[in-house]
Amino acid sequence: MSTGTPTTPAAGDAPHQAFEAAAPRLAKKKFLHDAEAHVRDTGHRDFVRRALGGYYASRDLQKSRYHDWDQARDAAAIAKWSAVNRLDELLPRFVAAFEANGGVVHWARDAEEARQIVLDIVRDAKAKAIIKSKCMTSEEIRLNGALEQDGYGVVESDLGEFIQQLRGEPPYHFVFPCMHVRRGEISDLFGKFLGTPPTDSPEELTMIARRHMRRLYVDADVGITGANFLVAETGQISITENEGNARLTAALPRVHIAIAGIEKVIEHLDDLSVLLPILATAGAGQPMTCYNTLYAGPRRPDEPDGPEAMHVVLLDNSRTAILADPEQRDSLHCIRCGACLNVCPIFKNVGGFTYGTTYQGPIGSVITPHLRGLADWNHLSGASSLCGACTDACPVRIDIHHHLLHNRRNAARTAPGRLERLGHRLFALAAVRPRLFACGGGVFRRTLGLMKLLRPPLLREWLATRDLPPAPRRSFRAEWGERSRNATRRPTG
Amino acid sequence: MDVSLFIPCFVDQMAPRVGLAVATVLERLGHSCEFRSAQTCCGQPSFNAGYWDEARAVAIHAVEVFAGAEAVVGPSGSCVAMLRVFYPQLLKDTPHETAALDLAARTFEFGEFLVRKLGVTDVGARFPHRVTYHDGCHGLRELRVRDEPRQLLRAVRDLELVECDEPESCCGFGGLFSVKFPMISTAMAEVKGAALDRTGCDFIVSSDPSCQLQLDGWLSRQGKRPRTIHLAEVLAGADA
Repeated sequence: MSTGTPTTPAAGDAPHQAFEAAAPRLAKKKFLHDAEAHVRDTGHRDFVRRALGGYYASRDLQKSRYHDWDQARDAAAIAKWSAVNRLDELLPRFVAAFEANGGVVHWARDAEEARQIVLDIVRDAKAKAIIKSKCMTSEEIRLNGALEQDGYGVVESDLGEFIQQLRGEPPYHFVFPCMHVRRGEISDLFGKFLGTPPTDSPEELTMIARRHMRRLYVDADVGITGANFLVAETGQISITENEGNARLTAALPRVHIAIAGIEKVIEHLDDLSVLLPILATAGAGQPMTCYNTLYAGPRRPDEPDGPEAMHVVLLDNSRTAILADPEQRDSLHCIRCGACLNVCPIFKNVGGFTYGTTYQGPIGSVITPHLRGLADWNHLSGASSLCGACTDACPVRIDIHHHLLHNRRNAARTAPGRLERLGHRLFALAAVRPRLFACGGGVFRRTLGLMKLLRPPLLREWLATRDLPPAPRRSFRAEWGERSRNATRRPTG
Repeated sequence: MDVSLFIPCFVDQMAPRVGLAVATVLERLGHSCEFRSAQTCCGQPSFNAGYWDEARAVAIHAVEVFAGAEAVVGPSGSCVAMLRVFYPQLLKDTPHETAALDLAARTFEFGEFLVRKLGVTDVGARFPHRVTYHDGCHGLRELRVRDEPRQLLRAVRDLELVECDEPESCCGFGGLFSVKFPMISTAMAEVKGAALDRTGCDFIVSSDPSCQLQLDGWLSRQGKRPRTIHLAEVLAGADA
């Protein structure tokens, strides 16, 4: 393979689309199957855990530099809370200010509308080549597939996303897209697609991608980015990144399109003074992310560079449904830092792909049922021990693990499992009848040995990997009864 | 104080020794214990599964059972969290809301009760072993009980307390989660169980018999040496 000609990368989200088209109803089955397969891959689990070990150390170091981390979380949560609860006021303010800066705003009700808006802009610009920096909303609306279907090549300029694109995989983690990939695999991948010699040096691997990418920035007509924050008072969008690729993606092509969820709006530029550092520390254990850039519209007449046109696509895609739910509205605070994934024992043990969602981990389990339907995605809320590590890690104080409970309750209300509901009804009937309940408990205790041999469902699942101690001869209430009788007898006897 | 023992249903049937140890410690400190035999289950299995109507009926029963008790003390952070944190939510906007809030204010997890309410850290116990403490998630994050059990353990004669690599990571029990998603639950037990085992301890002290069920189940199946023991059992061991 010639090193001069870049080979077109494989279609980025083919597995996503194949899965979605094939069987949305089978999401739970697939989850169980993939979780089972993943937990057996202890090498992979150890690799991911070790990768996160470095994150914990730097996160804790950076947290310790805050005068008061929890107060910073409060401040960040309040900034997001006050914005999310006034979207009706702040979004128009952002739009007016951004348009005054010369930008164009588009409103997209859902993924289909958003894709169409982007396709129309790309067509109008007579674009041939598109470059994209890290943008989870573009994953959410399956943009790459739509662009490729229309004959446009899209190149991911974020190193992790680029690696995933070459691998033909969606992001494994919405902040660390290729955290599961070993260095040697990246070297082999670059060798295969870019014709570069093998190397074990992270710097050299980065340089390979960089050299490959430089030309593509210049050739691209359209640059697509996300946005971390939309500043209402100034009409700017704020983008946070570590590689400088988003700057080039936004600045070099003729047209810049930023796709952002409507919940990204904040009121004041000042709000960034807490949101940017807290995002960096919670998300990547950094004091600040390397590049934090504010973009305020296209190139002005007196400016030497920048795009000729700048568009912001404001995406609803069920965010207003979350907004309408006061109980879970705070899940719109999410700044996509990924801290909840990094501490989640479920994520660490089942891996990012098992979720089958754009947003993995605890926050993904909370919002995916809203984005894609509770009936099909409630199992993600069920797949949690409710340990709450996510909620403690969240820098904007989303009540994540309790929302998993809320999703479970909503699912039980709207689509209860008949057998399961019967089980809980019978249990509740017994639990308000103390004699019956104690009697039932006694039967359970006395027959436990037999049950262990018969292995009925539920007990079978337990016993497959774990022992169960033998039941004691007597219950607490029996022991207590005797203890009390002895105590009353003692003074006389 | 007059303590009303809150004995979770599976402690009643599977681990009576834990309930007895709680009473032993409290009585040794001069408090009286009663057991209201009408108590059943706190309703958490149904609550966590999403069947809140069913859980609510059970919660109302528990609120009525413990009415008027000066202090309600239980040996499970998880079940105590159900009474203290989740009953007020579950019974919100019902005629039982006030009673639920009242019960929540009088309900304590065992170790928390000793340290925060009674102001005791040294109960005069002796336990000549190397131990590590496993934080149960509900006690840790719903009740914010973290230092109290460690303070109590440090005051025990001849006891050596060591911390494991992941003291605050979940054992993977999660109630019905452990059998609905057994592969994930077991993977979590592997991680936590191995971290606890690496400390080279004789015993893993816990304030939650449900975590004990999970950890012992895995440790025993793997043929690992340490076993769990409830904090109350450690503290009930008198300094002879």
